[in-house]
Amino acid sequence: MSTLIKQDKIGGLTDHPGIGFELARNSAKEIFNQQGMPALKAEEYKFTSITKKLDQIITDPTQAKAFEVNANLVKSAIFEGFEGDILVFSNGIYQPALSDKIEDLTISFLSEKSDCPIGSIAKPEKDAFCALNQASFHEGIVISIPKKVKLERPVLILFLNAVSEGQVIQPRIWIEAGDFAEATFIEQTVQLNGSPTFVNKVIEVKGGINTHLHHYRLQHEGKNYIEVSNIETDIQKDSTFNSVVISLSGDMIRNNLTLNILGSNSEGNMYGLYLLDGKTHVDNHTNVDHIVAHSESNELYKGILADHSRGVFNGKIFVRQDAQKTNAFQQNNNILLSDDAVVNTKPQLEIWADDVKCSHGCTTGQLDEEALFYLQARGIGKLQAKGLLLYAFAGEVLEHIADEPFRTYCTKLVEDRLGSKF
Amino acid sequence: MLSIKNLHASIEGTPILRGINLEVKAGEVHAIMGPNGSGKSTLASVLAGREEYEVTEGEVTFNGKNLLEYSPEVRAREGVFLAFQYPVEIPGVSSTNFLRTAVNQVREYRGLEALDAVKFLTLMKAKMKLVEIDQKLLSRSLNEGFSGGEKKRNEIFQMAMLDPKLSILDETDSGLDIDALKIVSNGVNQLKTKDNATILVTHYQRLLDYIVPDYVHVLYKGRIVKSGTKELALELEEKGYDWIKEEIDSAATV
Repeated sequence: MSTLIKQDKIGGLTDHPGIGFELARNSAKEIFNQQGMPALKAEEYKFTSITKKLDQIITDPTQAKAFEVNANLVKSAIFEGFEGDILVFSNGIYQPALSDKIEDLTISFLSEKSDCPIGSIAKPEKDAFCALNQASFHEGIVISIPKKVKLERPVLILFLNAVSEGQVIQPRIWIEAGDFAEATFIEQTVQLNGSPTFVNKVIEVKGGINTHLHHYRLQHEGKNYIEVSNIETDIQKDSTFNSVVISLSGDMIRNNLTLNILGSNSEGNMYGLYLLDGKTHVDNHTNVDHIVAHSESNELYKGILADHSRGVFNGKIFVRQDAQKTNAFQQNNNILLSDDAVVNTKPQLEIWADDVKCSHGCTTGQLDEEALFYLQARGIGKLQAKGLLLYAFAGEVLEHIADEPFRTYCTKLVEDRLGSKF
Repeated sequence: MLSIKNLHASIEGTPILRGINLEVKAGEVHAIMGPNGSGKSTLASVLAGREEYEVTEGEVTFNGKNLLEYSPEVRAREGVFLAFQYPVEIPGVSSTNFLRTAVNQVREYRGLEALDAVKFLTLMKAKMKLVEIDQKLLSRSLNEGFSGGEKKRNEIFQMAMLDPKLSILDETDSGLDIDALKIVSNGVNQLKTKDNATILVTHYQRLLDYIVPDYVHVLYKGRIVKSGTKELALELEEKGYDWIKEEIDSAATV
């Protein structure tokens, strides 16, 4: 029963949509109304009872409006050491006045870009939250990187969130990269108060031919923070797309990441590290779809879980019949530091082509006692030895962050956590 | 230096050591030999403090201190070094960082100041020569992708860096070809002083051609059943372990 009541409540968001995109919004609303919120045992949300969680935390789901942000606030929110350009969002709404003007980059409000084919990459029928966002988001942006442009500096997408009890933030971003374009995007969210917050984010990335994009995300939020994100990209030929997601705290986080490899000689890489304690719940659902021949995907997600935390990993790899000579690798490794921590991991490979190299593997276990003893037998104290081993485990993901200041910042957060908490 | 009295130890309730007595003095080299499953490696592990083993009886004193009440890291800092039979590969932990952490924790315990990067590298370069270990190996993750011989050499290199009082070499010779064995033995011999001691745990006499022991002990069914000098090792090489087994087993049935 409660599921139904909640669905009506959250569904109420669709009655107050933003401007434009009526067709897209209406079809998404229809899909959402048909599908509803994920039911308790819904296959895709089997281990992440997001509907129940929202029901408990988000008691009055209205859409948050932007709040006033000043330059000092922006300055204090940016992670230490960042060197690049900043796009500022207040409760999910882009703030041009506080954002850097970036040469070679065009940024427009979605409401002024009525021809933007939103929902054509992250299709609303795939996920209820994706549909909800499309039906009801208030304002989004289009980021266009022109042909042959290489952005030398990373772009920080800075989400500043401050809501009153139970509000919903729905960022919507469409990124398009022209042929031969290169760019790095870093997503950082700063929660300015401890109010229960629900962020439902959709980012669509349309790559051109021979584009090279990096997308990094740090999830380091408060105890009452719930997020569902749908990030999906179309990868054309001769291109690369690299995603790294570092999840450190929050209440319940669900990341849906989908790479559609539409062109040959392309590479999609997905890396994730979740370092959880308390009751934090992080669910990474990834999906890579090899549609044409000669492409590669690499995936490595690693988790260290303490206390009552829970990690979920679901990795789908599709290799279509035409996608011969595909190389697809997937690995998920977890270390449980407490008897109460839980990991649910599921690789899901569907391969129709016959000349491919695919592998997957997952491990869940305790810290390697033999390695621990080896370090201790050389005089290294037990706590420090544990820290060394855990850091080494996490380091394999961190090293995939190519932007040095961001890698340094994440490394420090991870080291602090491993030194103190574990 | 080391005094083991009536040491009994078991793993998961199964007794492995059943009353070991051994005295090791500074400057001595002891070889502990014995057939497979006699408890040789268990003895090495118990001395180093491996937690799976439970000491059920007896005592071990090391320079007058009760060794058994110390954690593995404190034993190491006190000067006990175990060269592992199977050195562990630890991806992501650089050999150099690991060693510097270890050396400085040991130094701190001994009241010495920590080595800075320059001094540490100087020390490392000097000790690397002892076991002819390549700098390239040490720039990799600890033992990761090392060959069997490289791992064993790395053990002796770590021993040289940590400057222990008592070194226990657990089957360091097994799996080594003659050239590697010579390098490893040469390193051990050079590290020998009148103030430190070595226990060689080995199945084969071959190692003792290169590192000459003062005493040889034969371990069987968790006890030292025979002690002698290096000639005992040669006798074992010639006759195998069966005659000792028979001697002990028939004595037990009488």
